[in-house]
Amino acid sequence: MSAASEKSWNDLSGLERRAVRFAKWLDPEGVTFRDAEAESAYKQRVTRLIDAIELEKAPDRVPVLTKMGFYPAHRAGLTPYDAMNDTDRALEAWFRATLELQPDGLISPVHNTMPAKAFELLDYRLYDWPGHNLPEDAGYQYNEDEYMTPEEYDHLIEDPSDFLWRVYLPRIVGAYKGFGILSPAYDMVELPFSTAHIGPWGAPDQQDGFDRLAAAGREVGAWAEKVFPMIAQMQGAGFPDYWGYATKAPFDFIGDSLRGTRGVIVDMFKKPEKLIEACDRLAPLMVRWALAHTTVDSAPGIFIPLHKGADGFMSDEQFRTFYWPSLKKVLLGLIDHGFVPWLFAEGGYNSRLEAIAELPKGTTVWMFDRTDMVEAKKIIGGTACIQGNVPLSMMHMSTPEEVTDYCRELINTAGRGGGFILDVGANMESPKEENVLAMIQAAKQYGIYS
Amino acid sequence: MAQDLVEALVNMKEKEALSIVEGSLESDGDPNDILASCSEAMQIVGERFQEGSYFLPELIMSGEMLKKIATILKPHMATQAASEKKLGRVVLGTVRGDIHDIGKDIVGFVLDVNGFEVTDLGINVPEQKFVDAVRDLSPDVLALSGFLTIAFDTMKSTIAAVAEAGLRDGLRVIIGGGQIDETVRAFTGADAYGANAMAAVAYAKEMVGVN
Repeated sequence: MSAASEKSWNDLSGLERRAVRFAKWLDPEGVTFRDAEAESAYKQRVTRLIDAIELEKAPDRVPVLTKMGFYPAHRAGLTPYDAMNDTDRALEAWFRATLELQPDGLISPVHNTMPAKAFELLDYRLYDWPGHNLPEDAGYQYNEDEYMTPEEYDHLIEDPSDFLWRVYLPRIVGAYKGFGILSPAYDMVELPFSTAHIGPWGAPDQQDGFDRLAAAGREVGAWAEKVFPMIAQMQGAGFPDYWGYATKAPFDFIGDSLRGTRGVIVDMFKKPEKLIEACDRLAPLMVRWALAHTTVDSAPGIFIPLHKGADGFMSDEQFRTFYWPSLKKVLLGLIDHGFVPWLFAEGGYNSRLEAIAELPKGTTVWMFDRTDMVEAKKIIGGTACIQGNVPLSMMHMSTPEEVTDYCRELINTAGRGGGFILDVGANMESPKEENVLAMIQAAKQYGIYS
Repeated sequence: MAQDLVEALVNMKEKEALSIVEGSLESDGDPNDILASCSEAMQIVGERFQEGSYFLPELIMSGEMLKKIATILKPHMATQAASEKKLGRVVLGTVRGDIHDIGKDIVGFVLDVNGFEVTDLGINVPEQKFVDAVRDLSPDVLALSGFLTIAFDTMKSTIAAVAEAGLRDGLRVIIGGGQIDETVRAFTGADAYGANAMAAVAYAKEMVGVN
């Protein structure tokens, strides 16, 4: 560590960079601890998580995290609509959830309290949200469509950002409509060329978009001014943040957001080379995306929700042809920057475990949902930390005793020897609180490594 | 022609399949023969899916190819092809509050190629729409799909609404989706749950007395 800090960041290896990130994670910038007890609890929790991730030794006990969507709102008597429209009450609810449930990491409000008003102002069409085509008690949901045509692969591959700014954004966000007539940024490098770029900014279509973007930006700015201090407050109370930012698998970036499920699948048969080329083109950009939003002080985890690589979504051969190679490049790229890719493998990943086993030891965390945890432990237990997987049905409908039994079994199998974080399989929305507490208690009571 | 078309479709060769169809129509082939080949091909695709050698991509690609062939055939179809005898009738939909369709579509496809008449009510389907469909169509099986946890509650309320309308007796209800298991089945009052599309087919067949 001391040797590492004497070298400049660029000269460090991935593991050395990670050591720097871990050291900062243990001693976070800008956090004032409530008291000595909170500080020591914080450090204990971070150490526990680091031990589970590194696979060098078992932590003091099994760490427990709590994957959730709008549950903190529900338990405080707020709807998802309230959470996205009343930042103060929402943040209070998330803070209370963290303090009252006492998991080993903070319950982040970042992905559930975003201000709905900003999306209204922008006319953001990619999602519906509570109060906007959805009831106030429903979470946000994605509107899948073919937002990019198959003919546009070349533009995406040659210049992804240009494609996103000038073609994609005007299609999915009303306020960006005028960006469709903008010219590429290259014009600006020479004064005599620049008029071609400058002119379209003055088109009448643009003004309304600028006004709405500025108003939405102020909404998000006001929200951020409350959210990030709240996160620091949660840390100060002893609960570490663990995800510094997020990114996506290139295949999902294209399949979820650009081409849609049907589009990307048809491309697998009709344009396989273009699809693979686009995934490869995006891989380093998916790493850059996470880098752009983090500093060395950010929490080291990078959240990656996986969608279309699950069992059943494609054959293993298709997975290894279309999905895995570019995802692996993203993971190795993140690892090289000292991050810990923290993947949410929703659904089943039983047929993908052998691929995961190719990754370097102790560098990633895999959150499993329907994957067989005993098999996962057997195949990738020596490679990666595994997290999960109490079924949501159990959290909603079983008794606390049943949850405890299930967790004990998980701890004894998936948790053997370390490398395991207890959690639910997928995001909780309205579970029984006594079941959530039973899961957390199980880690504390039965998860002690001796 | 027939065998070539079946093979092209089964092997996901869209260009080849479309050119066979066009060639056949140019030489005054019978559109009904083309349809028969399509149906044979889909049977094989369905079987391969059930055996685990084909996955979602092949189902979706098959659907895309069939849509294109149907568009080409339409002007050539003087009369509707005689409808074959179906094994039974299934009403299918994603319950209220949930807009996920992939799992539902797979179940619909696999039931269809296995000889069921499938009425797909779509996504985010209100309870009353299911009640009306059950009343109007008298299906053998009602199949409810849902990916989100909100679906636990709306599956339950849908089944309750069907019961309140006096339509539950004799109707078999199966549920499926990402988080669905035996615990959810018991909670919702469904008769069975399917961990995958094949389970739905096996259940539907059992209910109508075929195997």
